[in-house]
Amino acid sequence: MERDDLIEYSLHNHHDEAQGKSIRKKILQVTVLLTVITTVEVILGAMIKQSSDAWAFVKWSFIIMTLVKAAYIVMVFMHLGDEKKALRNVILIPYAMFILYLIFILIWEGTMVSSALKSFGF
Amino acid sequence: MAGHTTQLDAKTLWGGKESPFQTSYGKLMMWFFLVSDALTFSGLLIAYGFTRHDAQDAWPIGEETFNSMPFLGHGYPLLYVALMTFILIVSSVTMVLAVEAGHRMDRKGVTNWMIATIIGGFFFVGSQAWEWSHFIHGSEFGKIELADGSQAIVRGHFGEIKNFTVLESGKRHKKGEIIKDELMHTFQHAAEKGHLKDGKIHLADGSIAKINKAKDHEMKLIIKKSGAKNKIGGKAITGASAEKMYYESLYSGGANRVVYGANMKQNEYGPQQYAQFFFFITGFHGFHVFSGVVINIIILLGVIAGTYHKRGHYEMVEKTGLYWHFVDLVWVFVFTFFYLI
Repeated sequence: MERDDLIEYSLHNHHDEAQGKSIRKKILQVTVLLTVITTVEVILGAMIKQSSDAWAFVKWSFIIMTLVKAAYIVMVFMHLGDEKKALRNVILIPYAMFILYLIFILIWEGTMVSSALKSFGF
Repeated sequence: MAGHTTQLDAKTLWGGKESPFQTSYGKLMMWFFLVSDALTFSGLLIAYGFTRHDAQDAWPIGEETFNSMPFLGHGYPLLYVALMTFILIVSSVTMVLAVEAGHRMDRKGVTNWMIATIIGGFFFVGSQAWEWSHFIHGSEFGKIELADGSQAIVRGHFGEIKNFTVLESGKRHKKGEIIKDELMHTFQHAAEKGHLKDGKIHLADGSIAKINKAKDHEMKLIIKKSGAKNKIGGKAITGASAEKMYYESLYSGGANRVVYGANMKQNEYGPQQYAQFFFFITGFHGFHVFSGVVINIIILLGVIAGTYHKRGHYEMVEKTGLYWHFVDLVWVFVFTFFYLI
């Protein structure tokens, strides 16, 4: 059941040896970056106690470093950076909307629950 | 990716021939599945954040709970999880190299990198099994309820139990006998039941034995539930006073004063929900890794059989690759929010 009116997009992803070389170089760079970020996270986590004054700064730096790592994994390893802009938006925008809303709910309701618990003496 | 240059405009798109995303159906559906799966994991992590925020200082800190290494013992905060993270990142890299080899129609390259990825996956699943086993069995000290009703987790080096010398005969053990088997297990079991009194252990057969134990070192009590005297968030209790308070409780003869390890009802690390979130989130992720390894093996068989080579492209490798990277992506977040923060 071959249909010649359909485009086989899977065939468009091929590249030659020269392109492969530069892609592999990029992969290696991202690997080094991810490893370095993870190492920094572990060292910070082991050195700085949660009771210290610097903790708030460390906590936010953890979150930022995690988002950087996630961006590199999604954009380079999962090749989302190479896809059409429309596809990128279809995946990232609805997800971001849901999650930002959920985090908003978490903080809003969390504050309410916490004050309710306090007023009942827990 | 590379190579496709068709101009997209209203005229070509209207006929339905060109996809606006210029990608295959299978890859698009894999992305949609991953978005829904990502929402599930986000929901779990946000629920975790909510519960943790509620519990405040009673919640355990990653570096206090996860500080052991296989074969090396205690005192290595977060090192083991960092190693697991590294293994998963490396297996993600070998996967992306397999995809790259597929784009060059290099069948041998795809095979080798896929095998490397599968080995990495097995290492990760194995590490998680060790982590679970360690989490369930717990530490040698356990969590102790002190005399004032507060609860503390205990850090330090547990002095080895050398033997039990029987002081009063029971049904099995006679006076003067020296017991050398299963000491730790017997000791912890008796501690939970409240069968330890004044340095002596009351065994199941009715005999009473003296516990010969080496001295503990660097004991530290961290309060996780406030009592009449000791409060959460205060300074850790150390030195001789820590040992005095710990053994006063352990040898008090009261049942349920100490908790070892974790189960679905209680755990030695913190609030009940802590272990439940640990089991659910890392378990759900571990199940994803396991199924990812199985899918990778199936695709590897296809690569070796030459199925994809005949087809003219290795997009199946790319699609499993997407799933495998997603598993790595989730772990990056679990690592931060469960272990680091």
